[in-house]
Amino acid sequence: MKEKKYSNKKWFNTVRVAWFLAKRQIKGSNKSTTFLIVFIMTLTFLNLVVVSGILVGLIEGGNIANKEQYTGDVIITTVAGEPDISRTHEIESTLSKMQGIENISLRYIENGRVEANYKTRRDFSTLPDVVATQIAGIDTKAEDSLSNLSKYVVEGEYLSPNESGKILIGANLLRRYSAGFGDYFASLEGVYPGEEVKVTIDDRTKTFIVKGIVDTKVGEVSMRAFMTEEDFWRLVDRPGINANEIAVDLKPNSTISADRVKSNLVSVGFVNDGKIQTALEAIPDFLNQIKIAFSLLGNVIGLIGIVVASITIFIVIFINAVTRRKYIGIMKGIGISERAIEISYILQSIFYASAGGILGMIVVYALLVPFFLSHPLDFPFSDGILVAPIGETSFRFALLLLVTLVAGYIPARNIVKKNTLDSILGR
Amino acid sequence: MIKVKNLYKTFKTKDLETHVLKGIDLEVKEGEFLGIMGKSGAGKSTLMYQISLLDHPTKGEIVLNGINTEEMNHEERTKMRLSTLGYVFQDYALIPELSALENVMIPLLMQGHSSDEAISISRKILESIGLAERINNKPSQLSGGEQQRVSIARAMAHNPKILFADEPTANLDSVSGNSVIELFQEIHKKGQTIVMVTHEAEYAKYCDRIVYLEDGKIVRESKP
Ligand SMILES: Nc1ncnc2c1ncn2[C@@H]1O[C@H](COP(=O)(O)OP(=O)(O)O)[C@@H](O)[C@H]1O
Ligand SMILES: [Mg+2]
Repeated sequence: MKEKKYSNKKWFNTVRVAWFLAKRQIKGSNKSTTFLIVFIMTLTFLNLVVVSGILVGLIEGGNIANKEQYTGDVIITTVAGEPDISRTHEIESTLSKMQGIENISLRYIENGRVEANYKTRRDFSTLPDVVATQIAGIDTKAEDSLSNLSKYVVEGEYLSPNESGKILIGANLLRRYSAGFGDYFASLEGVYPGEEVKVTIDDRTKTFIVKGIVDTKVGEVSMRAFMTEEDFWRLVDRPGINANEIAVDLKPNSTISADRVKSNLVSVGFVNDGKIQTALEAIPDFLNQIKIAFSLLGNVIGLIGIVVASITIFIVIFINAVTRRKYIGIMKGIGISERAIEISYILQSIFYASAGGILGMIVVYALLVPFFLSHPLDFPFSDGILVAPIGETSFRFALLLLVTLVAGYIPARNIVKKNTLDSILGR
Repeated sequence: MIKVKNLYKTFKTKDLETHVLKGIDLEVKEGEFLGIMGKSGAGKSTLMYQISLLDHPTKGEIVLNGINTEEMNHEERTKMRLSTLGYVFQDYALIPELSALENVMIPLLMQGHSSDEAISISRKILESIGLAERINNKPSQLSGGEQQRVSIARAMAHNPKILFADEPTANLDSVSGNSVIELFQEIHKKGQTIVMVTHEAEYAKYCDRIVYLEDGKIVRESKP
């Protein structure tokens, strides 16, 4: 017991002497060199956090958009092989009785075709200007509350509830919005607000006036055409009035979770009527796969950064220790313990790494995260943000510290263990 | 205080053996001021490194303060250098980024003195050797004589049993050299055991006893 206490005291004293030496060495070192090393450590830290954060954020931004503009917190879709969600309106009334639910939007969907430019078509030997698409009938107000659809009308205007014969066209159906994909997917030429298009579902065709163009990064939205529920039923002949999608939005600080809403619906017995998913579950699997691949890629790039940082620290400490080898020898000669000298170098490496890490943290949380939130990266399938959860960032910080600690210790140990007298005499 | 018996030191390289110390017998009494003299290359420094635990002899026995040093391990030797020996080198050997005060403090801190204690002991000793105005100067801001006096202060701060000095005046002009030697004499008068290597005959008169080294052997002994 006494023995133990003694050795703790010895350790404390060793670290104290090391700190005394390290502090003065850092103070006495060249300011611009110190700045440069800290700068490299900052860049390494940013590389470690930002690269994977942005790669993951590209997907995460897509997931968020998917939820906000399409699925809501919970989405019920048609079970494969079924024509619609059976007992739609019982589900709806169950949902509207639950606490914490803000919006419910029912969507009625049929596969159909939209044809444009048929009036100006002179040469009937060429193919008509037609795209196959999903036609969605919506409650304009409920849908807008849920998905902010009106916000994404980039030309013309959003549908008004009491108006008939108007249609919104998804931008991805138009050649001018999907230049890059135009060769792969059939897409319509022109089609500006006010123009007329023919909409066909099964064998029923009606003409509609284009009221607006909808453009979002969520494929499900900008690949569709939207009309009012009433117009939909005028065009479609199908038995029953069940919907094909029910999107549910929770209140911002609702006490009930999406999982809870789902399990409530399941426990009431709607499990076979529709496919009930939370926003998270509704994320397409391939996106999750990409996310995993991207974060792996980010980590590999970060790892390279860590290697570069540790080599930097290694060289810095190595050069420092080699040039001070004589003084290291003298200190050993007059009885300063090797441990104390080694720890003084470890403390110096920790200083560089933590100064770089702290600067990096400030840059990430005070500059980059807010910046990407207000200026998302414009990507084809998402608005990329920077994802940097504090726990993971701290872990990376700790990793950087650990690696530089080792990178500082190795060269210090190598010089310190050299023969004392040889060091003093410079042999 | 120091007993050296039949001490040999041989340096071996691939195809060369240099016999530097060839059977040294030497005794230093407590409180004695011993001078080691001899021509350059005679083996004076080598002898001092062996006695002061900075090097391991090839053969022979060194007893310091009653302890047979060959039986000590690496850590015990380091500890003994810290607690019972003091060193003054020819080129002062101060740590450049530490001030005069901090250079003196370092061994005291290592011995476990609190920072305040170390400061007050170091300050006192630097003041006593006339460096009160210089305690915050870095070695580069001190003259050679001042640096050597700081280095003596560092060697003395923890009251070592034996003080070793290898040609402490060799890099100094005669005025600074004198002041350094006078400092040695002063601490010697207070009872300090000192072993000093010098090749300057004029300083021999300060020593109690002088041994003359020639080609790795003690050839003569004298008292001034
Ligand atoms: N590490 C070594 N390897 C080989 N020879 C050495 C070594 N150290 C000292 N010597 C030799 O030992 C002799 C004595 O050196 P030294 O003790 O420094 O002499 P002094 O201090 O009396 O001038 C010299 O000839 C020197 O070349
Ligand atoms: Mg010599």
